[in-house]
Amino acid sequence: MTTLNATTPQAAPPSAAPRVPRPAPRARRRGRGWRPTLLTYGLLTAFLLGSAFPLYWQVLVGSRESTTAFDSTPPLLPGGNFFSNAQRVFDQVRFWKALSNSLIVAGAITLSVVLFSTLAGFAFAKLRFRGRNALYVFVIATLAVPTQLGIVPLYILMAKYGWVGHLQAVIVPNMVTALGVFWMRQYLVQAVPNELIEAARVDGCSMIRVFWHVCVPAARPAAAVLGVFTFVMAWNDFLWPLIALNPENPTVQVAIDQINTGFSKDFSLIMTGTTLATLPLIIGFIFLGRQIVAGIMQGAVKG
Amino acid sequence: MAATTIATPARRRLTVKQRLSRLDVKLSPYLYIAPFFIIFALVGLFPLLYTAWVSLHRWSFGSDKPDAYVGLHNYQRLWHDELFWNSLKNTVSIFLISSTTQIVLAMLLAVLLNEQIRFRTGFRIALLLPYATSLVAVGIIFSNLFGDQFGLINNILGWFGLNGINWHTDRLPSHLAISTMVNWRWTGYNALIFLAAMQTIPKDLYEAARVDGANTWERFRYITVPMLRPVIIFVVITSTIGGLQIFTEPRMFDPIPGTGNGGASHQFQTITLLLWQEGFRNFHLGYAAAIAWALFLIIVAFAIANFFVVRRISSAEAEGQ
Repeated sequence: MTTLNATTPQAAPPSAAPRVPRPAPRARRRGRGWRPTLLTYGLLTAFLLGSAFPLYWQVLVGSRESTTAFDSTPPLLPGGNFFSNAQRVFDQVRFWKALSNSLIVAGAITLSVVLFSTLAGFAFAKLRFRGRNALYVFVIATLAVPTQLGIVPLYILMAKYGWVGHLQAVIVPNMVTALGVFWMRQYLVQAVPNELIEAARVDGCSMIRVFWHVCVPAARPAAAVLGVFTFVMAWNDFLWPLIALNPENPTVQVAIDQINTGFSKDFSLIMTGTTLATLPLIIGFIFLGRQIVAGIMQGAVKG
Repeated sequence: MAATTIATPARRRLTVKQRLSRLDVKLSPYLYIAPFFIIFALVGLFPLLYTAWVSLHRWSFGSDKPDAYVGLHNYQRLWHDELFWNSLKNTVSIFLISSTTQIVLAMLLAVLLNEQIRFRTGFRIALLLPYATSLVAVGIIFSNLFGDQFGLINNILGWFGLNGINWHTDRLPSHLAISTMVNWRWTGYNALIFLAAMQTIPKDLYEAARVDGANTWERFRYITVPMLRPVIIFVVITSTIGGLQIFTEPRMFDPIPGTGNGGASHQFQTITLLLWQEGFRNFHLGYAAAIAWALFLIIVAFAIANFFVVRRISSAEAEGQ
């Protein structure tokens, strides 16, 4: 607040008593920081190349012979070995199994997180009930709790009930997140007018129908963003799947970890594996990029 | 008395449907929040607390009961375990290197993106691509790029007649390489968060500052940074919680990832990597649980310290005005 006052024009006049003649600020306007210079584009392009290069490198190495990774002057363009390398990946690990497992795991986690977060977010945003504030404070407090550190007892329990090696061992611990509840609540507070809920109640809607017909349609944009981020997180999760699953029934991350063993590595094989593992999400990001960027920025303003 | 006589007939007049409707209003909120609280309690909170109990026992892998109660023995062992202190040092070092550079870079990137550039959406999407890349893949790719003998980066250094750096075998270079990996994945993401917050700063603030003769740097330091304070705190705290649990990056950076050693002389073994190694390679679940609890306390301490430090810094800057 202090900054605001100090820089608003109202505070300025006393010191600026001899009013600055008009031309001066206009002349300075040329150098204003808002209009992009060549330097801006140069730096942005550097960031862009830095972002893209490691991804390009995996395609480059993955589509050539295994020695390419160590060439002192590597080639600039991809070669033609990608499909034969991919065939070797499929021979070595159960890649299709891993891919479908990852889709099932990430899909189930995403559905569950979005559904339960929307339900709880709706209750916290729009319904009155005893203990609401205390319970919501609890949700906020758990935002910072690193639940990942519970892996030791989680493993003991999963082993006891025979879940180790099965997909539910990876799905169930990730079915809800405090962040999801927080996110949906923040959004729904302003997205659903109270009058609309009251009108639906007067018309005889039960609570669950209010949720389904009033809240869910309004929640869609925020739910989509939450869905994308949950999916990315679940798809890329590694520590717990590494512990809870085995090579016969892996996720994609566990499968590429398997190719990456051994002392002398076949990098064209490994990089083909990483390319195959990253491709689905990269393609998704390119298609949905505009919405995802908008989602992050929208959430950041509120968060 | 009068009140009850009036209330009773009114209540009696309620039909079954109306009663159900009241019950619906009363109970629904609890039903809607129940899935979150029940599942979170079972798979989030309970394991975390149970970790404390496991840490007081000798507990071998594959058994669903403890071998023996050992009291605080695991914590004593932890206190005298050089590998634990080593992993703590590595974790903090990697965390500090990566988060400081990342926040500076993300801020710079946000300032650039905030200008009226062409292809703005294209730039933003492209800078977010690393975020979609899997950590396992990132670890493998960077481990290869930073290869000690034939890695691309050392090859490039060689073009300029420079000596290659032992990115894997030397401690500090390995931390730099792992931090690069972390930053590669997160800088664009955090830049977008900063950018979103920058765009909510009223333009007249900058106009006024310009009229007062503030240059670009002064406008950035005295307007942008203080106005971004809440977002900076948010980014710092989330990166602390994530950064101190770093696992996949150092594990995949190791040429022999399966051991969990974090380099031949543990030069980049982090706490979570040690936790995994003790629990799921050496099969000492009790000791691994003690490590998990220690890390939990460290994270809490860091998060609190962070909060105060960032607040102090930004309010000092605001006053410096």
